Amino acid sequence: RSTSGAEPESARARGAGAERGERREGECAAAGIRCVAYNNQSNRLAVSRTDGTVEVYNLSANYFQEKFFPGHESRATEALCWAEGQRLFSAGLNGEIMEYDLQALNIKYAVDAFGGPIWSMAASPSGSQLLVGCEDGSVKLFQITPDKIQFERNFDRQKSRILSLSWHPSGTHIAAGSIDYISVFDVKSGSAIHKMIVDRQHMGVSKRKCIVWGVAFLSDGTVISVDSAGKVQFWDSATGTLVKSHLIANADVQSIAVAEQEDSFVVGTAEGTVFHFQLVPVTSNSSEKQWVRTKPFQHHTHDVRTVAHSPTALISGGTDTHLVIRPLMEKVEVKNYDAALRKITFPHRRLISCSKKRQLLLFQFAHHLELWRLGSTVATGKNGDTLPLSKNADHLLHLKTKGPENIICSCISPCGSWIAYSTVSRFFLYRLNYEHDNISLKRVSKMPPFLRCALQILFSEDSTKLFVASNQGALHIVQLSGGSFKHLHAFQPQSGTVEAMCLLAVSSDGNWLAASGTSAGVHVYNVKQLKLHCTVPAYNFPVTAMAIAPNTNNLVIAHSDQQVFEYSIPDKQYTDWSRTVQKQGFHHLWLQRDTPITHISFHPKRPMHILLHDAYMFCIIDKSLPLPNDKTLLYNPFPPTNESDVIRRRTAHAFKISKIYKPLLFMDLLDERTLVAVERPLDDIIAQLPPPIKKKKFGT
Amino acid sequence: MAALEEEFTLSSVVLSAGPEGLLGVEQSDKTDHFLVTDSGRTVILYKVSDQKPLGSWSVKQGQVITCPAVCNFQTREYIVVHDNKVLRIWNNEDVNLDKVFKATLSAEVYRILSVQGTEPLVLFKEGAVRGLEALLADPQQKIETVISDEEVIKWTKFFIVFRHPVLIFITEKHGNYFAYVQMFNSRILTKYTLLLGQDENSVIESFTASVDRKFISLMSLSSDGCIYETLIPIRPTDPEKNQTLVRSQLLKAVVSGNTRNGVALTALDQDHIAVLGSPQAASKECLSVWNIKFQTLQTSKELPQGTSGQLWYYGENLFMLHGKSLTVIPYKCEVSSLAGALGKLKHGQDPGTHVMPRFVNWETPQGCGLGFQNSEQSRRILRRRKIEVSLQPEVPPSKQLLSTIMEDSEKHIEVEVRKFLALKQTPDFHTVIGDTVTGLLERCKAEPSFYPRNCLVQLIQTHVLSYSLCPDLMEIALIKKDVQLLQLCLQQFPDIPESVTCACLKIFLSIGDDSLQETDVSMESVFDYSNSVHDEKMEEQTEILQNGFNPEEDKCSNCDQELNKKPQDETKESTSCPVVPKRAALLNAILHSAYSETFLLPHLKDIPAQHITLFLKYLYFLYLKCSENATMTLPGIHPPTLNQIMDWICLLLDANFTVVVMMPEAKRLLINLYKLVKSQISVYSELNKIEVSFRELQKLNQEKNNRGLYSIEVLELF
Repeated sequence: RSTSGAEPESARARGAGAERGERREGECAAAGIRCVAYNNQSNRLAVSRTDGTVEVYNLSANYFQEKFFPGHESRATEALCWAEGQRLFSAGLNGEIMEYDLQALNIKYAVDAFGGPIWSMAASPSGSQLLVGCEDGSVKLFQITPDKIQFERNFDRQKSRILSLSWHPSGTHIAAGSIDYISVFDVKSGSAIHKMIVDRQHMGVSKRKCIVWGVAFLSDGTVISVDSAGKVQFWDSATGTLVKSHLIANADVQSIAVAEQEDSFVVGTAEGTVFHFQLVPVTSNSSEKQWVRTKPFQHHTHDVRTVAHSPTALISGGTDTHLVIRPLMEKVEVKNYDAALRKITFPHRRLISCSKKRQLLLFQFAHHLELWRLGSTVATGKNGDTLPLSKNADHLLHLKTKGPENIICSCISPCGSWIAYSTVSRFFLYRLNYEHDNISLKRVSKMPPFLRCALQILFSEDSTKLFVASNQGALHIVQLSGGSFKHLHAFQPQSGTVEAMCLLAVSSDGNWLAASGTSAGVHVYNVKQLKLHCTVPAYNFPVTAMAIAPNTNNLVIAHSDQQVFEYSIPDKQYTDWSRTVQKQGFHHLWLQRDTPITHISFHPKRPMHILLHDAYMFCIIDKSLPLPNDKTLLYNPFPPTNESDVIRRRTAHAFKISKIYKPLLFMDLLDERTLVAVERPLDDIIAQLPPPIKKKKFGT
Repeated sequence: MAALEEEFTLSSVVLSAGPEGLLGVEQSDKTDHFLVTDSGRTVILYKVSDQKPLGSWSVKQGQVITCPAVCNFQTREYIVVHDNKVLRIWNNEDVNLDKVFKATLSAEVYRILSVQGTEPLVLFKEGAVRGLEALLADPQQKIETVISDEEVIKWTKFFIVFRHPVLIFITEKHGNYFAYVQMFNSRILTKYTLLLGQDENSVIESFTASVDRKFISLMSLSSDGCIYETLIPIRPTDPEKNQTLVRSQLLKAVVSGNTRNGVALTALDQDHIAVLGSPQAASKECLSVWNIKFQTLQTSKELPQGTSGQLWYYGENLFMLHGKSLTVIPYKCEVSSLAGALGKLKHGQDPGTHVMPRFVNWETPQGCGLGFQNSEQSRRILRRRKIEVSLQPEVPPSKQLLSTIMEDSEKHIEVEVRKFLALKQTPDFHTVIGDTVTGLLERCKAEPSFYPRNCLVQLIQTHVLSYSLCPDLMEIALIKKDVQLLQLCLQQFPDIPESVTCACLKIFLSIGDDSLQETDVSMESVFDYSNSVHDEKMEEQTEILQNGFNPEEDKCSNCDQELNKKPQDETKESTSCPVVPKRAALLNAILHSAYSETFLLPHLKDIPAQHITLFLKYLYFLYLKCSENATMTLPGIHPPTLNQIMDWICLLLDANFTVVVMMPEAKRLLINLYKLVKSQISVYSELNKIEVSFRELQKLNQEKNNRGLYSIEVLELF
């Protein structure tokens, strides 16, 4: 064929692994969202999940999930807040308040509040104080010191658990939602000055209890409460009286968030609906304003456990694991792609690794790893055919972690004989032996103390070296031979920085190692000489994936703003192709994709090809073809073979995009003719969720 | 929207209200203060906002107050009459009514009337009127008799019209009603006889009146439950003559005709009246507010404890006796806006700088009702204005265009419109187009010779107009029988009512072939338009049919040309098109338009029978064309779909079945139609069988496609 018309046979594993559901916990790729906290200063969003994982999204960087803190079985996060500028705190049912180190990506410290499980937490408007509401009915005030938090005093003890807290913007009063009532405290004296009893009635039926799930204190003294009877109520905190009540749901209203200007707020219900309330004038030109329920949104199927209100968007998250960012159209100045609804479902990192030699896939779950051997076929077929399997995929191994901590990262060596993974406190390395169909597993004991917590693990192409990015910022190189290992070297972080490296890439000849952190540039190390080779010029947006091409040793870097760079390591400069791309610019549709590229790979025989994928497409960039401009069709389906050569050549451009597999979690080239893709159908995720609240529809 | 607010009771003290209720509620000199006179001996001054009495005065035992106390706004004194003839005047400091000023008059007083800005008037039971000052100068003066014996004053009201006091009172004598209008300054008394119209037996239960420039609008609630309006001229044409007035019905059956309790009405403002009474014979009494302009019930409030059938309205408060206590219901009529009702408020523009546009442009944000945005909003307006300024230094093009429309010639307007359309994407493009069309149509109506069709065509083609924006447009086009414009409207407007669609259909069917020919050819722009369509037809004629109105391709590739020349041969309807191509194009526009059967059917019945047959023939022809190919579609760019054709056949037959069946010339057509339908049904039943087997095949296919957990596929990348 005149054009490069080979027919790579592709193997694919659809949603492999995730459905073997004997046990419930940790089976799902992502757990439900429990809290979100928006930081206006840095435009970042912290999200905590029911398994204790905390993620930080950078809304300015195309909603990229920049950082994450692995979960812990005993640590159910119930509250999350930013304080003192950009310090992130969480509190949970284990009764501890934790601060996260956003540079080193670990937990700075945990302080027990001694009040039983903590249900709620709020930072003071000035950011210098932290308030927690506990199971025993106590409200505790903590002072935030530069490096820790310090208990200051207790407020008047209440009868039942404090489920929600809100500061008055002046910092003088707080409102606390409990079971059946809301208390208003004076911060100076710590005494409750009002107790507002919430009506238990729910649609005329008296429920046992009315839980105040959320409160918000406005600067005019109004307290807004949301409760389990489906009501949004407005209270006058000066007199302790109910001003107005909106019944908005048949189920619980679980969350509330108020805009900074206090002209709009958002609530989330257990029915999956999010309601927007706005302060609008009663009549035109009148200064008298009232709260009006303006817009309902139904983007969730399950409980909306938490909402946040950024200046331009409503953010909601819940049991159905989706993080939904819904921009407010009236606040969007330009109608560009930022005005579109964002639904973030999949993690922005790679949870799957593959052994090309043995055709194995390693799947990483919260508390276990699964090793699968791909099936095979002897049949051949034409484009689009599904071939009969001569051997089905095998589930070789189910490796359960010890302890309550979630797995941070994992990797299988290209030869398939090593598996490494890490939790927050321990690093595990296993040696696998294959004897015919049997597989035996041996743990390599006596890990050195510096290999305690790894953020990223990578094996060299020949599987003789192991690269570990530790959370102290150091990069360790370990020599593997036989069943033993030897620590070769540690690249220490540059002085003054403690930023953790989250992404690693090694060249196929094993000479070069590239490492990237969450914000700083990409460093390239020479593995032979054990020294820093160069640093790729810094770029504003975080790196989402990178890889080093074989032979040329070009480093391909994808950023969260969908830019792709190619950097020649030996020449220490961007390649000509990369410069051309930057000069011409990417196609606007390419830049408008809303999931980051999570993996990049190369074809061993086609040096001009780069294969990369995000959650909804995979793309082969053919550097030899002209770049598409904004007028050409980007999503050009692979041209049919019966077209004439002229047409094929005229319509061909460098980006060959296919969307047949989605949502796509992983895709890699196994060999020259085989491509492996892992799909994670959304239906499977939803099927594993608890059933949503049943709503009556059309008399059913 | 008019609304009644939460009621409240003025006093817990039970007023000694007789069976007739209270004597009256009158305004006092302060806005919030009201004088309440009960039917016994007491006058109470209430402050409504505080819901409490400020003072109370009683006459001696044995004396009875016969006329409600009023306030003399000029002297701030209160005036009351007891025992018909004794006048008492006092002020707030007085405690005992026995000790205050007293004047005994020579005749019985009906009522003292006082309004702000003039001295009080005293109306005697015999119909004479005196100013208070003049009366007090000589209390024992002789009072003349104005009305006849047995004539009784039923109701009275005092207005200030152009700073002149005008008094009206209604009398009754043996079931006849008379209205007297006294111009107090000119001392002219005019008497009118109120004619009750056909329903002579009805008794008028209650009166109210409002005044505008030339007329007193007297509204009366009759015992038949209807409200009537009588217009009484303020300046009588001939004061000497006894004149008659006819009343007209305003609202029908607002209260039940035969209630035992009293009914009352009072005018609230220009458009609203309040009515007290039972809506149905058996139901409880209600206070309801009606909009007389739209004849709608705005709000109502049930008064379960019953009322005395009296109602007073002063300064946003309605007073009535509910049960035993005096109840106040505040009434409000706010300007309501749809946007406000939807929770999103339209930003009111500063009246000083902008004329309120008649058309709201929903695409550009008009402000979101969010306070902090206002500054931003104003900045945006400023910016917008700047753009306009830069485009056209003096007047914005839109304004210029509007002024052009009002004055200039058709030709000039056309040039201006074209210029404006060339500018196009200004933010208020929608509104300007709307205003332009409205302006053009207004002028069309005013000047019958003015008909700027080229402009209208251009404006319609901007795609921003709709029927509801300019309903007059199609009306005028229908009058002018401008089929081309109508066709354009049908194609562009999404919201044409069925009656108008049907009117278009009538014209399309009835317009003569030759005039059809003429209209399209004679006018310049029409030529452009029809030519373009026509050209398309011509182009494709050689291979396929266009819009379905061409005859069969195999027979009549030359037939089409002939069609225009020779008269249609009606007998060949099954093979050749029964209408000329231009008419067919028009009818296709009808077929494409949206409609709702329920609303369309009644209008279809009005179409003459021969036109129905013609249309049916055409539809039958289209149907035949459709069934010629396997996909059941007509060739061409935008042909009518099979469903549209079928629906219209059904509609026409439904609407005119009896007519069509009786027509001999339609008989053949019906038989053909029936045969065709029958044959089609048999074909489809066969197809049904085939479909079942295919469905099984698809099931098999689906099972194959279900790839399961793991699959290997062949994928050709490039």
